[in-house]
Formats: sequence, structure tokens, C-alpha cells
Amino acid sequence: MTQNAPASRGESSLTPAGLRGVVSDWSADKQAFPVPWGKAMMWIFLLSDTFIFTCFLTGYMNVRISTTVPWPNPSEVFALDIAGAHIPLILIAIMTMVLITSSGTMAMAVNFGYRRHRANTTALMLITAAFGATFVAMQAFEWTKLIVDGVRPWSNPWGAPQFGSCFFMITGFHGLHVSAGVVYLSVVASRVWRGFYDRKGSYETVEIAGLYWHFVDLVWVFIFAFFYLW
Amino acid sequence: MDQIAVPEPAVAQPHAVTQPQAVTHSHAEGQQHPIKVYLIIWALLFVFSTFSYLVDYFHLHGVLRWSLIILFMLLKAGCIVAIFMHMAWERLALKFAILVPPLFLLILIGLMAIEGDYTFLTRLAAFLR
Repeated sequence: MTQNAPASRGESSLTPAGLRGVVSDWSADKQAFPVPWGKAMMWIFLLSDTFIFTCFLTGYMNVRISTTVPWPNPSEVFALDIAGAHIPLILIAIMTMVLITSSGTMAMAVNFGYRRHRANTTALMLITAAFGATFVAMQAFEWTKLIVDGVRPWSNPWGAPQFGSCFFMITGFHGLHVSAGVVYLSVVASRVWRGFYDRKGSYETVEIAGLYWHFVDLVWVFIFAFFYLW
Repeated sequence: MDQIAVPEPAVAQPHAVTQPQAVTHSHAEGQQHPIKVYLIIWALLFVFSTFSYLVDYFHLHGVLRWSLIILFMLLKAGCIVAIFMHMAWERLALKFAILVPPLFLLILIGLMAIEGDYTFLTRLAAFLR
């Protein structure tokens, strides 16, 4: 199939691979990244978002190191009593699984998009958005539970007061990303269904939306590890 | 394009009549990989997530806990970026442009860890006085 690829993106058989490819991509008189501009810009946006989330997590690390009061044990804080059993961190584990599932359906949606299966792409994107909405709903439940328990950005019943501010800031900003992603995916899904990308002749927008969604999942991997498990 | 794509007969396309030009484009575009690859990575992500949850469930502590958490975190992050986000198939120039800048964040993290320790010691000294 590669011999049919459009030459306008700079991919030619003369372009070397590896480090020589890096040099030739940057020094040749052509577009540096042979990808659609929207994709390159989404990657650069995600790079900037990486810096924002790293700043949040680094700030959290800093206050957790510097506090002289014991840090609340997340394993206990986020435990739930289900059917009489006390299960630590169970809600967070389910939220993680929901987000990973949504990432998988999104990857399939991108795949079906490039195969021009319009119905499958639309359905998988809407399923992805539904999983995202489920995630946000579970997060709202989690916030409600913690606020009822007495967690505030300035205090909490279990230990270091910085716990609340870190929790609300980091998970809140991530939840905002998920919510925005649900809207984004719904808009793109409705355009897929109406055949917008068939008329445009390219499904790259689906892949770009997918990049955003996978990034949201990626950030959760780090939040899960550093905030909930540490 | 000289290649005429064959429309999929099995998929219902209620709006197909309105876009006759849709079938004239070549299918050779973007990132196309076997669905099997995605399913394997999907399964792996579930396995890694379960393992990292079990680290907490079995109350592992100390270096073992931290190293396992970071190991599973990096494995998951690698799977997502490389396969789901297609970074493994991009050209090296894009890989460098996106993946190298975050490495500089390690400097920030290192500096803030030192700073946090310093603040902690300062507080101890102030409170113990």
C-alpha cells in the first residue's frame, strides 16, 4: 500500500531512516515532520500539557516530602465497603480499568476510521465517550465522598493538610481534561457519522482526537502511580 | 489516485448516496496496523494495571513497592505512547521532538526533591528549637 501514499507529505523512498533521517528531515528544504499539521500540533499541545501535569505532580512531591505531619494513607482514604467487604482503593482501580477500556475502544475507532468503516468508527467513538463520562461520574462520586468525609483544600481529618489541595487540583485538572475529551470525541463522532471526513477525504482528525484521548489515559497512569499507589 | 477502492458491502451506510466521491480516494493513508496489535496491547494494559493494584492490595512496602509501581507505570506509559499513539511508527525526528523535552523535567523533579528535603529539615530545626 505504501507505493500509493501521497508524496506531498515528504515520505519518499530517498528519505533515509534513523539519525540520518533526523538530519535530512530538519536540513532539507521541506516540511520537517511528514505528518498532517493537525497531528504535529496536537503532539506539541500534548507536550505542553505534559509540562503542566508534571508541574502539578512535582508540586505534590515537594509538599509531600516537606511536610512534618504524616501523609494520609491513600489506600485507606479511597477504600470502599462493598457488600460488607472492606476493599482498599477499589473505586480507583475500577476507574483505571474504565479509562484503559476507553483507550482500547478509541484505538479501534482510529483503526476503523482509516479503513473507512463509518458506522464502526462512530459507534466506537461514542462508546469511548460514554466510558469517559462514566469515569467523570465516578470521580464526582469520589469527590462527594471525600468532601462529606471532611476533606478540604486546607485540611482533612487524617494528616497533612496539603493532601486535599493536591488531590483536588490534580484530579480536578485531569477530570477537566476527560470532560473536554468527551465533548471533543462526541463532536468528531457526529462528524464521522455525517460523512464529513469522507467528503474531506481524510480520517486523520479521528487519529488526532485519539491522540488527545490516549494522553488523558497516559496522565492517569502517572496520577494512579504517584498519587494513589505511592 | 489510480486505485479505486471497493466499498464495504457488509457495513450499512445510510448516507452513502450523498457522498459519491468517498470511494474514489486511496485507502493508503495514515497509520494502519492489524487490529490484533491493539488487542494485545489492550490486554497488556489490563494485566499491568491489575499488577500495580495488587502491589497495594498485598501491602508491599519499601523499595519493592516503589520499584514495582514505577516499573508497571513505565510499561503502561510505553505501551500507550508507542502503540496506541503510534509513536513507534513515526519518524525519528518527531520522536525526538516530542520525547526528548520531557526528559528535562527530570531536572525539575530532582531540584524540587532536594528543595523538599531542605524545607523538611528547616521545619524540623524550627520546630525542635
